[in-house]
Amino acid sequence: MIKINNLNKYFGELHVLKDINLQVKSGEKLVIIGPSGSGKSTLIRCINYLEEPTSGEIFIDNIKMTKKNKIEMARKYSSMVFQQFNLYPNMTVLGNLMLAPTKLQKVPKEEARKTAMEALKRVGLEAKADQYPQNLSGGQQQRVAIARALCTKQPIILFDEPTSALDPEMVQEVLDVMIELSKENITMICVTHEMGFAREVADRVIFMDDGQIIEEGTPEHFFVNPENERTKAFLSKIIR
Amino acid sequence: MSSLFNMDKWSRLFADPEIIKGFFEGMKLTIIVSVCGLMLALVLGIIFGVMSVSKSKVLRGIARVYVEFFQNTPLVLQTFFYYYSLPAIRRTLFHMSVKEARLPANVYGIMGVGIYHGAYISEVIRAGIEAVPKGQLEAAYSQGFTTIQAMRYIILPQTLKMIFPPLTNQALNLVKNSSVLALIGGFDLMYKSNSYVCATSNICGYFLCAMMYFIICFPLARLTKYLEVRAQRNPVVKTAKKAEVV
Repeated sequence: MIKINNLNKYFGELHVLKDINLQVKSGEKLVIIGPSGSGKSTLIRCINYLEEPTSGEIFIDNIKMTKKNKIEMARKYSSMVFQQFNLYPNMTVLGNLMLAPTKLQKVPKEEARKTAMEALKRVGLEAKADQYPQNLSGGQQQRVAIARALCTKQPIILFDEPTSALDPEMVQEVLDVMIELSKENITMICVTHEMGFAREVADRVIFMDDGQIIEEGTPEHFFVNPENERTKAFLSKIIR
Repeated sequence: MSSLFNMDKWSRLFADPEIIKGFFEGMKLTIIVSVCGLMLALVLGIIFGVMSVSKSKVLRGIARVYVEFFQNTPLVLQTFFYYYSLPAIRRTLFHMSVKEARLPANVYGIMGVGIYHGAYISEVIRAGIEAVPKGQLEAAYSQGFTTIQAMRYIILPQTLKMIFPPLTNQALNLVKNSSVLALIGGFDLMYKSNSYVCATSNICGYFLCAMMYFIICFPLARLTKYLEVRAQRNPVVKTAKKAEVV
């Protein structure tokens, strides 16, 4: 589904991604872990072309992503759930969910509303449809953001630290929604530090440090016998 | 000062309907020039405001020069400059006589306040666009919106709400600054009251003038205040009516 070849990304002088090679199968649940500044967010932002790679190639469904087709590719293949939710504050929850389907995919309003309500039901927030995002808790906002990603029906959902900005008591409600989602044939790529979540849903975990993929394997591998010293040091800090 | 408390002077001001009519004519012209000037300022402000957040260095540079030049030179100087230079330009360009090339003073007044306040409004609009968090645009891109669609559906509606208070404030200042017309013989409210006071030494004329400016400006000031309060409030769902979805 996704094929990344020799991806490099610089921010000015800073070499953030160093020759990344990665393949993700359709329907795979991939979790990316690593210390901050390791380039994991930049990597998934490149898949959505929010960051333009300095060199290297990204293919989705064997189509190469370019500056030219980035909008269509995003529209067709991937949606993103952000750390800061990024809901549109000038619209209700329902408005947030219906905007892209009605304006971009030209879905009739009634149908879009139906899809939106179904998505809200899945994240347990159909009662909040007419509220404005600012009036919801962080956990609820993030669940709305996930519902918004569902409404556009792309086969890939990218999660950029979806629980890092949440109060501790709200983390689980968002993870539950994501676990529920993982039972479907959606390709999920999550940047997260929630190892419990990784253990439950991930087909594969990759550990990144200093712009490189240091180690990859099943969640069990990371829990039981991580090989690399840096991986061990990092995991000892986040698994208690 | 004693004349201010002299009822006789006040009654003399109001006694002559021609004089009062003159004041109202001045007020009307002030309003017309302000409205036209505001239109011009808005058009310039939007064009240069959007230019100053564009990716192109050249466009940003042009907008910067416009804003800095007109914000940092006096309005009176700018207006005087138009007053003397425009007829000269018209004369050479269209081979007109001195008389033909002359324009009504209103035109210089509208240009003066329009171009001057356009520079300020451009800054208001730039700040408004920049105040919308970057994540909003990213969320829009990640859903597949183009930049123009994102601006239209997501960024500008949020910008508008934020910039209304400073915008009405600019309108208020523009009304007051339209008094620059008096200096180039524009027959606006300031000019009319000044010529009355000069002719009669009755400074009650200035007070009437002040009151008339106040009548125009005070509602604008209240509107600014109201919009400021409203902009800070979160939108509330009306419980009786289902919120309309875009």
